[in-house]
Amino acid sequence: MASCNTTVRMRLADTLRFARDAALGYPLRTTLSVLAMSIGVAAVVILTALGDGARRYVVGQFSSLGSNLVSVLPGRSGTGGFNPANAITSTPRDLTIDDAAAILRAPAVRRLAPLTVGTSEISFGGRLREVMVAGTTRDLLPIRNFELAQGQGLPDEDWNRGSSVAVIGAKIRSEMFGSEPAVGQLIRVGDRRLRVVGVLKSVGQGLGMNTDELVIVPVALAQAMFNTNTLFRILIEARSREAIPEAREQTLAILKQRHRGEEDVTVITQDAVLETFDKLLGTLTLGVAGIAAISLAVAGILVMNVMLVAVTQRTGEIGLLKALGAPARTIRLAFLAEAAMLSTVGAVVGYLLGQAGAFTLRQVFPVFPAYPPDWAVIAGLSTALGTGLLFGVMPARRAARLDPVQALMKH
Amino acid sequence: MPLIELSGIERRFQLGDTTVNALSGLSLQIEAGEYVAVMGPSGSGKSTLLNLLGLLDRPNAGSYRLEGRDVTTLSPDEQAQVRSRRIGFVFQSFHLVPRLTAAENIALPMMLAGIPAKERNTRVTRALNDFGLDQRADHRPDQLSGGQRQRVAIARATIMQPALILADEPTGNLDRHTGDEVIHLLEALNGKGVTLVVVTHDPSLGARAGRQLVMEDGQLQHDSAHAPG
Repeated sequence: MASCNTTVRMRLADTLRFARDAALGYPLRTTLSVLAMSIGVAAVVILTALGDGARRYVVGQFSSLGSNLVSVLPGRSGTGGFNPANAITSTPRDLTIDDAAAILRAPAVRRLAPLTVGTSEISFGGRLREVMVAGTTRDLLPIRNFELAQGQGLPDEDWNRGSSVAVIGAKIRSEMFGSEPAVGQLIRVGDRRLRVVGVLKSVGQGLGMNTDELVIVPVALAQAMFNTNTLFRILIEARSREAIPEAREQTLAILKQRHRGEEDVTVITQDAVLETFDKLLGTLTLGVAGIAAISLAVAGILVMNVMLVAVTQRTGEIGLLKALGAPARTIRLAFLAEAAMLSTVGAVVGYLLGQAGAFTLRQVFPVFPAYPPDWAVIAGLSTALGTGLLFGVMPARRAARLDPVQALMKH
Repeated sequence: MPLIELSGIERRFQLGDTTVNALSGLSLQIEAGEYVAVMGPSGSGKSTLLNLLGLLDRPNAGSYRLEGRDVTTLSPDEQAQVRSRRIGFVFQSFHLVPRLTAAENIALPMMLAGIPAKERNTRVTRALNDFGLDQRADHRPDQLSGGQRQRVAIARATIMQPALILADEPTGNLDRHTGDEVIHLLEALNGKGVTLVVVTHDPSLGARAGRQLVMEDGQLQHDSAHAPG
């Protein structure tokens, strides 16, 4: 009886092969539970790809607005909406070209562009259309990352002078000039005759203004055209990312001094907006992942049901294994291995399905970066395996605890 | 030293409010190499006795010594170890695993005992030859005849070279001719020194054994080894 001192232990490879054969022995059952698990994992992958894609899309759009950007708006309200405090006190003081020139002296400010906007009519050779007119200075283009297709930007001149030139968007160019060259031509905008000095590159629709249908003119000219003294906005580029808060402080201080100690402007930093969206959409992705994770838990419960059915179906076999000398541990491991296999295969299939789904999304919507974030993939896969194992424990224990005499009678 | 030594075995089952004495006051000794037939009507306790001998069941009282060792006090895992190494089972309904081939079914006890695949293959090949199953190695149970199935089951029961083979109605699901073949196989094993205990309803089968035990109401009613006269 010396052999009784060595512990009976089924080899790992044998346990796995036995579990695999058992799973393959019931194809429908196995397919269904693998399917449930894979749908759960695929849901996590695709939904988080959507959520994170939305986040990346918005962040990308904001970055394309220009880097290290600080915007000054006339008026006190933080969101740009109606603020009753403004109505009760006084209308805000104008934000003028001179204000903009003064801000340029702030050490943290690299360059800036005052902006006045309005709509007007443009005509050339009998063709007429309504356009958005932006009055600004030379630096708007580099600040907003706008690129020229032909010609040059606005001249570097006294901001109050306003020479009769214009830079037009790509769509305006094709609509007004067709195949003719545009640069050097005289166009009529409102009641002014302006010479086209440059054409912007086509960029398509973005979160900012659509430059394809824009006419850019010197700021003083635009103010004269629209008969206004105030600016719509001042776009400021800070010297660096770190200098953004400084630029904001200095801008506010200069304007407060110029406006008789009244802080009647709103300064928005791009970072703050970006961070808000980033956080918001990040949380959204997390929430969506959480909802998808519920389907993983459901899949886990399904694996448990399938394994419980397996234990009932194979009661006779379990009795036999016991009679043949399998200790409880061996039976537990065999059933646990089977549950783990179902969820592993389900997780892998689901991962591939999810990646394929995200790929399809990216093909259909090329602008939308629908990549699942790594954390979601790892969390999805490990939740799948975890629930599979967790819910596999109970059926495995039940199998191991079966009374061999009773079990053998069920055949 | 007897191979099996039962003394004062009690086994009671609770059926609703009534207690059934499946075995009561059973004492019995079986020497190594004996061929014993256990007979008796249904419910006489012969299956319970077989389950106890096979360590699938525990007595409520009494002691069971197998090869001189008290096995009633062993832990379930230790009992599994004894079943693995010392006891082989042959069932009326064969109890083959349907998804495994004949060779895999024969190898199952060795796989559970953690014996390496190489040694398993050698022993299975030998067993397939010994039991005339070498052409059926890759057949699944549903592709085998009843006699072939029971031969696979007997090959499985002997693959760990047990000291004791317990057969519960081994010919119950077979026709007369195939049943005889199976009995001859079991008797040949007994001829090589393996102790054989067969539970049967069939008097002619029982008569072939060297010793007959007749059970009734959980008690040993007749033991041919101690028969008066």
